[in-house]
Amino acid sequence: MANKNIVLNMKSRKLMMRETVTSYLFLTPFLLFFVGFVIYPMFMCIRTSFFESTLGEKDVFIGLENYRTLYNDPVFWKALKNTMIIVFVSVPVTCAFSLWVASAIAKMPVIATSAFRCIFYLPVVTGSVAVTVVWKWMYNNYYGIFNFLGKEMGLIEKNINWLGDEKYALWCIILILLTTSVGQPIVLYVSALDNVDKSLVEAAEVDGATPMQAFWKIKWPQMMPTTLYILVITTINSFQCFALIQLLTAGGPNNSTMTIMYYIYYNAFKLYKYGYGNAMGVILAIIIAILSAVQFKLGEEK
Amino acid sequence: MKNPERLDNKLNGEKIYSIFSYVVVIIFAFLFTFPLYWIITGTFKTKVEILATEPVWWPSEWVLTNIENLMSKRSAPLFDFTIPALKISAFGYVFKLGSAITITGPTVPAAIRWLVNTVFMSVTSMLLTCLTAAMAGYVLAKKRFWGKTLIFTLVVCAMALPKQVILIPLVREMSALNLYDTIWAVIFPIVGWPFGVFLLKQFAEGIPTEMVEACRIDGASEWRTFTDVMFPMIKPGVGACAIFTFINSWNDYFMQLIMLTSTKNLTISLGIATMQAENATDFGLLMAGSALASVPIIIVFLIFQKYFTKGITMGAVKG
Repeated sequence: MANKNIVLNMKSRKLMMRETVTSYLFLTPFLLFFVGFVIYPMFMCIRTSFFESTLGEKDVFIGLENYRTLYNDPVFWKALKNTMIIVFVSVPVTCAFSLWVASAIAKMPVIATSAFRCIFYLPVVTGSVAVTVVWKWMYNNYYGIFNFLGKEMGLIEKNINWLGDEKYALWCIILILLTTSVGQPIVLYVSALDNVDKSLVEAAEVDGATPMQAFWKIKWPQMMPTTLYILVITTINSFQCFALIQLLTAGGPNNSTMTIMYYIYYNAFKLYKYGYGNAMGVILAIIIAILSAVQFKLGEEK
Repeated sequence: MKNPERLDNKLNGEKIYSIFSYVVVIIFAFLFTFPLYWIITGTFKTKVEILATEPVWWPSEWVLTNIENLMSKRSAPLFDFTIPALKISAFGYVFKLGSAITITGPTVPAAIRWLVNTVFMSVTSMLLTCLTAAMAGYVLAKKRFWGKTLIFTLVVCAMALPKQVILIPLVREMSALNLYDTIWAVIFPIVGWPFGVFLLKQFAEGIPTEMVEACRIDGASEWRTFTDVMFPMIKPGVGACAIFTFINSWNDYFMQLIMLTSTKNLTISLGIATMQAENATDFGLLMAGSALASVPIIIVFLIFQKYFTKGITMGAVKG
């Protein structure tokens, strides 16, 4: 009896071994790219952040020196502040706007819903460079339509150099960012609204609930996982806003549009301070991880 | 009993609100399409109309000067690749067989070459991603093996991480591999990005395990099980993964910016960005370039948008 058990055990272990080997054969192509071009660089990013590292020279270990420099770098703090402004303005606005648009278009006939969904997704598909270039023209001091329309409607008295003025530059960038970030949340909310349990909504309506009540008491709680996901991806996207800054203002005027992402690029690829840039990357990753964790915690409590 | 008048009022209120929301959504839709409209009309406007202080809403005559300008600015070979010489080193000697052969295509406007590069990059990333992700997603969903949890955890963690964090080390890695300033330096990290695996694992989990087991009992090899049973069943997922990767790699500007430098290797977005730095106020030229960069991808998006929407929503489930 015992002997038989051992034999069976051996057999199942053999089977398990075979299964493992086949699985890894299937995984190999993906793992090759994943480990080689995602995991390894990730590891290197953390490692290099403890080194003084520049173009064509050997890395020198300096411990936490990069982080200390970072702490004393006023431009870094300015960049962090600007990034936070972008995130804390664009995330709530994106979520609220896309929720409202989604609930408005979800009620429409199917064709209209998918047409509007496409339209709001267009700025994403158009690509950051094309979008940025056309907005640059629209913001232009002399030939842009914003100055023209503003003067026509009596909102402004004389031409404003939108991107060249410290007061407006960051807000101009946030406006473009908003148009390129609502597309995905709208798609997600439309499908979430579609998946809401219809019988519950109907039951509530029979009981005399107003549409507002039906929305906030029945639909909203059911869409919580979607909202959470949207919060997380929008936060990550806002942190990564880069092309807009690089092509429109390059962080200027007077660092008023400097963001962490652009400052990393500037340090690494203009000044070739790889170690310093990586230290900033590590900090950025930590901030994003903390924010995502907080959002998940809040979402779970609700 | 409900007061009929109140019911009437309530219905009226709802009606007014829904008309109001229709109008506002339509206004926003106009604002969202306006930049694209401005790109396309700007492409065909004359210089005078582009630099008019009072905007010209509709070109009075459609001219091709901007496109001609774009095509004559720079030039590059249509394609070029090198077959390296075969080198064998043994016993301290290096035997060289033949010499490196470089094949160069006819010279064309650089914008055409950029378009070719971009299409090649997006298509290759798409094919490689779909193949590797389908294989990995299949075993992650259907097999039990040692180390599975670890791999899946790494996949999820990597997805939440900002991609840009890894870019500095990637540049150095690519230089070390002699891939810097080649299109492969952009393709490989895209293929390694785990979103596709996550998406297709989600899809494969929806396929009943009995299907796979029945196939095994019938004596099909693992590979046959994958190609003949699994792959056809996760095809909608692969379609979503394909279109998602295609559009994202087309527009992945940051990666292209740091990896590609020489004129002949640029992508179309990067090319436009470079031109923008040189001719900051030649908006006609820039609009023509932007149109060339965005119109093809928008057409692809419109054709496959059903799959695309599916990809976005599938990726979010349990995300």
